[in-house]
Amino acid sequence: MKKLLKHRELLLVGIIAIMVAGFATRAPGFATPGNLANIFNDTSILIILALGQMTVILTKSIDLSVAANLAFTGMAVAMMDATYPGMPLALLVILAVGIGAVLGAINGTLVWWLRIPPIVVTLGTLTIYRGMAFVLSGGAWVNSHQMTPGFLNFPRLPVLGMPLLSWMAIGIVLLMWVVLTRTQFGRATYASGGNPTAAVYAGIDTGRTKFLAFTLSGALAGLAGYLWVSRYAVAYVDVAAGFELDTVAACVIGGISIAGGIGSVAGAVLGALFLGVIKNALPVIGISPFAQMAISGIVIVLAVVFNARAERRAGRIILRDRGAKEVSA
Amino acid sequence: MEMAPIQDSRAAERMTILEMRGISQIFPGVKALDGVNISLHPGEVTALIGENGAGKSTLVKILTGIYLPSDGAIFIDGKPVSFSSAQDAVDAGVTAIHQETVLFDELSVAENIFLGHAPRTRFGLIDWKTMNARAGELLHVLESEIDPTIRLKDLSIAQRHLVAIARALSVEARIVIMDEPTAALSRKEIDDLFRIVEGLKRQGKAILFISHKFDEVYEIAENFVVFRDGRAVGSGRLAETPQDAIVRMMVGRDVSNIFPKVEVAIGETVLSVENYCHPTEYRDISFELKRGEILGVYGLVGAGRSEICQALFGVTLPSSGRLVLEGETVSIRSPRDAIAAGIVYVPEERGRHGLALPMPIFQNMSLPSLARTSRSGFLKAANELALARKYAERLDLRAAALSVPVGTLSGGNQQKVVIGKWLATLPKVIILDEPTKGIDIGSKAAVHGFISELAAEGLSIIMVSSELPEILGVSDRVLVMREGLSAGIFDRSRLSAETLVRAATGNA
Repeated sequence: MKKLLKHRELLLVGIIAIMVAGFATRAPGFATPGNLANIFNDTSILIILALGQMTVILTKSIDLSVAANLAFTGMAVAMMDATYPGMPLALLVILAVGIGAVLGAINGTLVWWLRIPPIVVTLGTLTIYRGMAFVLSGGAWVNSHQMTPGFLNFPRLPVLGMPLLSWMAIGIVLLMWVVLTRTQFGRATYASGGNPTAAVYAGIDTGRTKFLAFTLSGALAGLAGYLWVSRYAVAYVDVAAGFELDTVAACVIGGISIAGGIGSVAGAVLGALFLGVIKNALPVIGISPFAQMAISGIVIVLAVVFNARAERRAGRIILRDRGAKEVSA
Repeated sequence: MEMAPIQDSRAAERMTILEMRGISQIFPGVKALDGVNISLHPGEVTALIGENGAGKSTLVKILTGIYLPSDGAIFIDGKPVSFSSAQDAVDAGVTAIHQETVLFDELSVAENIFLGHAPRTRFGLIDWKTMNARAGELLHVLESEIDPTIRLKDLSIAQRHLVAIARALSVEARIVIMDEPTAALSRKEIDDLFRIVEGLKRQGKAILFISHKFDEVYEIAENFVVFRDGRAVGSGRLAETPQDAIVRMMVGRDVSNIFPKVEVAIGETVLSVENYCHPTEYRDISFELKRGEILGVYGLVGAGRSEICQALFGVTLPSSGRLVLEGETVSIRSPRDAIAAGIVYVPEERGRHGLALPMPIFQNMSLPSLARTSRSGFLKAANELALARKYAERLDLRAAALSVPVGTLSGGNQQKVVIGKWLATLPKVIILDEPTKGIDIGSKAAVHGFISELAAEGLSIIMVSSELPEILGVSDRVLVMREGLSAGIFDRSRLSAETLVRAATGNA
């Protein structure tokens, strides 16, 4: 079991490979490199969001506002592009990241200064940010013909055989790997979630760490906002409704502990890919859309059960007294 | 308070309700209890006396069904019993009133009293009327007129105690364990409590009263048992035993042989604490600490020892007072400030305060030193590992690899990681809070040797401990605290167990 835990990411790779092979027997062509690259591209936005979510979850928090943040930011940049077609794309992307970061920082501030539980804060801001998207747009859609070609085409530009969207996801994965494993902020997120009291005693400001994690998650949601409206060539209030749950699911499947302090970038990415493979495969092998949701849900619950069992085993040595009792019994 | 005795207490005298024979409790690496015998008699109070860590709490946990003893037998009315759950103990008539009352703030008084055994209506729902009425009766017996329907959070600490006692009585217990019931009470509230205890005695209940306040013990108890290092080292009738004899039993062993003191040249003053005050925890605490000196801080639980140390480390802030470190006044407002200034704190609860258990050993060790091991903002795993390896070797840490999670280590090795982590910050002053709590006597000697070694290297050490032999053996000077005040600073030449116990308990 311990070995299994250590190689949890490998295990997930194995499961995904088996799934892909299984689907390929039902739908020839599913396992071709072209289709797999498509699945990765389809999953890119989820990967980016899941990495932000993971950072927040590592600090023993949760960010339920990522999808609403994405919707507002996406709407904002789409409207800017439609209204001022001359705005350079780079500026719009920077604005998307900036707006997202500000929304994330609002979450972070409420958690840090007012010490409101993250789930309550982000449940509130999830509604507020969606509401803001509605107020901003008046409920109107921004359609593809209103957006500039540059705005629309950027994520689709092929580079070395893959769309830029995929490359951006890869870039963010590398960036987040560096941030979480090679910076003091990264270490602080693991420590803040692993044992908040010990982290404080070690001189880490856990409130500030959470604030930064929320801001980072917001910035990534903002970037995802631009990528989403550009990829699907439409912006409306209900864009990505419920997508925050997919990001949490990706983290949980990838072995990121909801209790904080445990998880890896590879795990979050594989968790997202796992969901991506299922979502792409079920329609291909002819399962009805209604059953698709149920099946995705069952898979997520199974992953959570597996995770909980694994953590309980790993946690056994911590529960010394109980262990002693069991031994003596 | 008139109560019909359930059984004539005089006739029942020297009858035994509960007997524990040869009880041992072994935890990984520690023998918490070693062949303990105790008997409880109806209508009598037996005081259980001992330092912290002597095994009192473990005994309570065995009696209340939380631990199954590793060895030994428990008899009630001469019949062997085995408690494999808390409910078994309650069913057998054993109930405990805990140090921190285990009650629910948001529930009503009656709900707290009857939680788990509330009277039901014939539909299986909770019978509120009967429950409130019976709660009122129980409280009335305790001479209290608390309204059973108000929520617990609106009560004072003393009133909560009464609720806890009422809860204990609601299950018709014959054996009542009171675990330091007076710790949070005023003198008047203690008097009230003792009247209740007298009432319980008249009802023929057997009471195990845990306390380390001698005046109270002599006031309320008939019998005593003294625990030391998990063994019952003495027992008898209090009326026939002078207090000095009990203090000797508590302290026991020949101190100097077990904790050899290494003589260290003591240098200039490093730290001086001036008039530290806190609204509730401590008042007017002043002391100095010299280079190479080990200052012991002794006192009972709740005397404010850990609190003053946490203030020095910036976890809590004092309301007033001045801290001078190497001649300069410093302001410490967070642990980060303290670490930067060279003051570190090794907390008592290594699990809760000390370590992030899922994280690897080397990452735990380097956590407060990351600024030093990093290069231009990026972590350098090689530097962290080198740092961890250095202190792991020095502390003889046993681990498969420095990259395994700390949670997989034994308690003693976890403690080494905590100490290593703080030494790695290259501190000037190191505060050790109960450094040998929960580890066995052999490892204790190693820890003490190590503390002396640190002093020899020029570190200044503050060591909080509840264990007299440790305080006496290792300290150069001892600050004794009692109820948040300084009860004196004693030089090594003036140290004796009796002096310190008297100062700490306020027994002249």
